[in-house]
Amino acid sequence: MTFKTESFVVNAGPQHPSTHGLFRMRFTLDGEVIQDVEPIFGYLHRGIEKLTEGLNYTQDIVFTDRLDYLTSMSNNHAYVLAVEKLAGIQVPERTEYLRIIMTELMRIASHLMTVGFLLNELGAFMTPLLYMFREREKILDLFEMVCGQRLTYNYFRIGGVSQDVPEEFFPAVKKYIDSLPRFIAEYDQLLAENEILLMRTKNIGILKPDAAVNCSVSGPVLRASGVNWDIRKADPYSIYDRFEFDVPTGSVGDVYDRYRMRIEEMHQSIRIIKQAMAQIPSGEIQAKVPRILRPPKGEAYAHVEAPKGELGFYIVSDGSTNPYRLHIRSSSFINLRLLRELMIGTKIADAIVIFGSIDICLGEVDR
Amino acid sequence: MALALPATEISAKLEAQFPGSVVESSGNTIVIKPESTLQIASFLKNTPDFDFDYVSFITAVDYNTYFELVYYLISLKHNHTLTLKTRCTDRENPSVPSVNSLWKGADYQEREVYDLMGIRFEGHPNLKRILLWEGFQGYPLRKDFKPQ
Amino acid sequence: MEEESTGMGVEDNSKPYIYPDIELDKREGEAIEAARKLYKQPIADSDSWLEEEISRNILLTTVDALINWSRRSSIWPVNSGLACCAFEMIATAASRFDISRFGMEIFRPSPRQADLLIACGTLTWKMAPTYKRIYEQMAEPKWVIAMGACAISGGLFRRSYSVVPGINLIIPVDVYIPGCPPRPEALLHGIQQLQEKIRHYSIAKKKEQ
Repeated sequence: MTFKTESFVVNAGPQHPSTHGLFRMRFTLDGEVIQDVEPIFGYLHRGIEKLTEGLNYTQDIVFTDRLDYLTSMSNNHAYVLAVEKLAGIQVPERTEYLRIIMTELMRIASHLMTVGFLLNELGAFMTPLLYMFREREKILDLFEMVCGQRLTYNYFRIGGVSQDVPEEFFPAVKKYIDSLPRFIAEYDQLLAENEILLMRTKNIGILKPDAAVNCSVSGPVLRASGVNWDIRKADPYSIYDRFEFDVPTGSVGDVYDRYRMRIEEMHQSIRIIKQAMAQIPSGEIQAKVPRILRPPKGEAYAHVEAPKGELGFYIVSDGSTNPYRLHIRSSSFINLRLLRELMIGTKIADAIVIFGSIDICLGEVDR
Repeated sequence: MALALPATEISAKLEAQFPGSVVESSGNTIVIKPESTLQIASFLKNTPDFDFDYVSFITAVDYNTYFELVYYLISLKHNHTLTLKTRCTDRENPSVPSVNSLWKGADYQEREVYDLMGIRFEGHPNLKRILLWEGFQGYPLRKDFKPQ
Repeated sequence: MEEESTGMGVEDNSKPYIYPDIELDKREGEAIEAARKLYKQPIADSDSWLEEEISRNILLTTVDALINWSRRSSIWPVNSGLACCAFEMIATAASRFDISRFGMEIFRPSPRQADLLIACGTLTWKMAPTYKRIYEQMAEPKWVIAMGACAISGGLFRRSYSVVPGINLIIPVDVYIPGCPPRPEALLHGIQQLQEKIRHYSIAKKKEQ
């Protein structure tokens, strides 16, 4: 008896619990095996690149918060670096150290969320996620101490930061940093030997290094495939060349390696914060910048190693108060190119896990 | 530290290889003619000295008389960078060859430039709107865009 | 071992999609353009319950009180996070701010099983027909909370070409919570206001509608 089968199309629509935001995938399935997938996005396209042309450079910092809303400090940092490069502004020493401490704390918070949501998708329903949220709330308390906001900080300014940290900030950071490695070790111990985790993540979604480089992938996904490219080491910005830290790289490039990357990067961030807190000088926190900034005509591109990948701002200025053109090079948008490569031939359950390991944020994809 | 390659030497080599394709060069930027984009990109990618295997971003800027496409290329092996620009003067139907066959990372970026600026890329396998919806009138990032 | 590993290299790529989808995209685009032309006026807020409480002489019956208590103590929201405010909603559901004490920790993925739509984040015209469909799929009685500046009026992105200036153009709203993003305590205050509103419902009045 012969069976006649045909493939059918399933829509994992924009409102779906496992799609990290408003992301839509159209699967062409043969049973449970994916034959083709088309990612469709743009459901959160707010036109930020056009809106920035209507406001001046300092007002545009608020838009950058809302790009990848989980890593607002890194987005601010990238934008402010681009404007300072364009206008030729030199920031004071204390500012550089404060900026690095904030971005590294942000990296820890973002990786905690990524790992929590990845485990949520693997089926460990809410428990690891709530543990990660508990630690993240402590980091958000630190940020609230500094700038009063929990999610969209708007802390950086062109030429400095908006306000200096209060006295209780550094002891609180020290207390948190000292307790974090024990928490990560406890978490790792629960999960690293877990057979379900290992079986569902090892050898799933393998990305070869050539494919990764050709698809312009960046961030932990690129490093998990074995390519040693971290912008903090390859093209150092701010004062990253003064700190000692390692860049973890993976060997296989599967989902387990990407999960491992994020855990290791959290440890490296802790190292950087300790060194920064030991070296930070006192002094002023804002350079002399005119109130209404008119950078000279020209263009500049500055990129940073945001937690999700390479975030860059390309600014073209025509000498007036508003940018002429602002382009946002966002890592999530470009990393999405991998979806079609990695998902074809897998089953749906694996596909969702692969999608979670690439770690995108829709605010950055759609801008 | 990533080295920003001096454009004048490279443009001399490009002129030797593809005569008439380089318009100007200064600092780290080379401006080339749109028709020779694919050949020059392929040369830059495959020559062992340059080895530009990573395209960081592709974007377009609307200067009122022409569109300028910007390609920022990085070589991970040698750790050097180069900015490549082309200019399209046709405002009605601007069109440039696509580099998707060389770098897959150019796929979504070229679709975004088509969506928001209206520049077509010849040779792109799936050129349709990506961030806005089918049926949207106009191209928002152009300077003469009027919202309804 | 070769069969178990998945993922591939650079070889096959840019092959055309098996399912030609341009027709579906065009239909979606037509629905969005139609929505843009149709929804130009905001829907009036449902605050008629404020006057009727005073004009109605009959007190709420015991049955009403019981039903209202059970409805307001176990409202189930639907997973309707759009953008940044969604993370404050998730933080409210997490263990520090604990929305479970209000009976709301079950976030339903399907709108058919939920009765509250918390619109958190910016609504764009591309998402608008889908959002309206989610609201219509919910069964009565249902409530909507507009959380954050973007849901109330378009917020920071009001002048953009693709943003809906406030979700009350698309769906009727019960509670507005300002903030960008509002703190979890603000969301909890908004939920308590909604519970106050539900306290005043009456099933007798509903039959007249």
